[in-house]
Amino acid sequence: MTIRKTLARVALATAGAVFATSAMAADISGAGATFPYPIYAKWADAYKKETGIGLNYQSIGSGGGIKQIKAKTVTFGASDKPLKPEELDAMGAIQWPMVMGGVVPVVNIPGIKPGEMKLDGATLADIYLGKITKWNDAAIAKLNPGVKLPKMAIAVAHRSDGSGTTFNFTYYLADVSPAWKSDVGVEASVEWPVGIGGKGNEGVAATVTQTQGSIGYVEYAYALQNKMTYTDMVNKDGKTVAPSSDTFAAAAANADWSNTKNFYLILANQPGADSWPMTAATFIIMYKKPESAADSMTALKFFDWAYKNGQKMAGELDYVPMPTSVIELVEKSWMDNIKEGGKSIWN
Amino acid sequence: MNTVASTTAGSNSSALSRNKLLDNLLRILTRSAAIAVLVMLGGVILSLIEGSLPALKTFGLSFVHTESWNPVTEKFGAAAPIYGTLMTSLIAMLIGIPLSIGIAIFITELCPPKLKRPISTAIELLAGIPSIIYGIWGLFVLAPLLQKYVQPVLINTFDGVPGLQNLFAGPPYGIGILTAGLILSIMVLPFITSITRDVFETVPPMLKESAYGLGCTTWEVVRHVVLPFTKTGVIGGVMLGLGRALGETMAVTFVIGNAHRISSSLLAPGTTISASIANEFTEADGELYTSSLIALGLILFVITFIVLAAARLMLARMRRAEGK
Repeated sequence: MTIRKTLARVALATAGAVFATSAMAADISGAGATFPYPIYAKWADAYKKETGIGLNYQSIGSGGGIKQIKAKTVTFGASDKPLKPEELDAMGAIQWPMVMGGVVPVVNIPGIKPGEMKLDGATLADIYLGKITKWNDAAIAKLNPGVKLPKMAIAVAHRSDGSGTTFNFTYYLADVSPAWKSDVGVEASVEWPVGIGGKGNEGVAATVTQTQGSIGYVEYAYALQNKMTYTDMVNKDGKTVAPSSDTFAAAAANADWSNTKNFYLILANQPGADSWPMTAATFIIMYKKPESAADSMTALKFFDWAYKNGQKMAGELDYVPMPTSVIELVEKSWMDNIKEGGKSIWN
Repeated sequence: MNTVASTTAGSNSSALSRNKLLDNLLRILTRSAAIAVLVMLGGVILSLIEGSLPALKTFGLSFVHTESWNPVTEKFGAAAPIYGTLMTSLIAMLIGIPLSIGIAIFITELCPPKLKRPISTAIELLAGIPSIIYGIWGLFVLAPLLQKYVQPVLINTFDGVPGLQNLFAGPPYGIGILTAGLILSIMVLPFITSITRDVFETVPPMLKESAYGLGCTTWEVVRHVVLPFTKTGVIGGVMLGLGRALGETMAVTFVIGNAHRISSSLLAPGTTISASIANEFTEADGELYTSSLIALGLILFVITFIVLAAARLMLARMRRAEGK
């Protein structure tokens, strides 16, 4: 049954790709991350109404998106995990951040309301390492004077599927905890020392909602939609911040995109008094010398339109649009890099 | 007269040749269909072996007995998924087989005719429910019930009992190996029940009536007449159910907790081969990672093959014991 499913998936993906490139030449074809799929779909819908050009986006996961752009079956790939500059150079591709969101810790402790409790990076890492096992542990109590914490076992929940959310979460934990960095590491899926895995954001959300004493991490939109109890975080500057589009935007604004190569920057643990420490950007990957300059141009026009007209829609879905300064950098990078016959196609 | 005879003979021979042609055509068509199945199976095996070569070369035999599954350091071992696959299937069979055979006995031997049809239909409907529905139901309905009412009782009851104490050690998450086994037992129920019911109905009424005539109770008739008469069919049904339990993906992924660990407690989260593949295949980057997942698929293939072969062997031995 497994084999049959795997084969079926491969067949479907191939069929989808063939269909995308041949029959729908006018549409933009892309594949990758599931995290930005809702906003890409919304943008695409509005863009189609305006221009008649549709977007055929397969939200198959960041890993799948990278595979498909490497196989050149799509015009752009989308990934929550930025590719390293040397990997992009080897491919002859560039990447840029498209939209941002935040990862938030969610808990289910009797008597604790959203935002009532706070955690810091080291404590969060110790919980996920299995070093802190009770909610009334001294480390948590010290951060939360005046909050009544029960003597309850902590049930850790994490994503079971490979995920850009996990990548950004583990990146943050490794950044703040040397033990996490050496024992677990940073990846889209890792060998979790403790806890149970839920499939997708909805799986983690369900586990946390149902299990008393549990903690999990989900994208901000999921925490809001499911009315989950999120916690505040102590950020790099030692200030306590609540998750919101403002604190995500603050993290992005303080991030120094201009000094990066190929926008290789992970927004976790950015400086700034208002920065949410688990902010994440999602990336688009395209070739510098595209197979079809016309297809790439169509895609770039869509991204430009989304940057300029899509902010409100992004806000409605709890995503954070990129700041104008970053958009200027991105479009300059298009001009400098994406070329046909030595001439840049974006101008 | 002559002409009539010759025309009939002529039409006869043309009808014969047409029949021959049709027969040949049928033979070629059915044979190629049969060969196509073999070719496809061979292709699947070959591509599985080819895909898993990098993993098998890197880890060798230790792949099978290593518990660690670490995508960061690219060290993979299949022990936890193999354990989870076998354990959940075992639980499913322990619960599913007696339940299914019980239902089949009730339907064929004891059920009032009015109830027979609704029960049979209900069972067949169970088979038609997509596995993702079982998964969602398991996660949102069954798991909270187990967590609140069943698992605390299990933990408290067996606390202090050697052996069982470890098997039912807390905390009660609601999801885990036991929950996955329970869901699977419901999913295999219709398969085993409908096949055993069908074979129970093939028992000649005369045999049963004679037994009843000798003063046998219903249980004795089932035990000494129906089951011995139908055991090959019953075993076939059980194997079909076991095959489904071993390979089930979506429902298990939802309720097993997806942790690459082997723990002594049945209430702890675990993972199965198919759940691991479903969870990780899309985001697996790097040759070794993908290859290890394909190697998991190969192992499942081998397990299924061993199970089927063991069933065949068992049937052959039983036949020999009967002297047939």
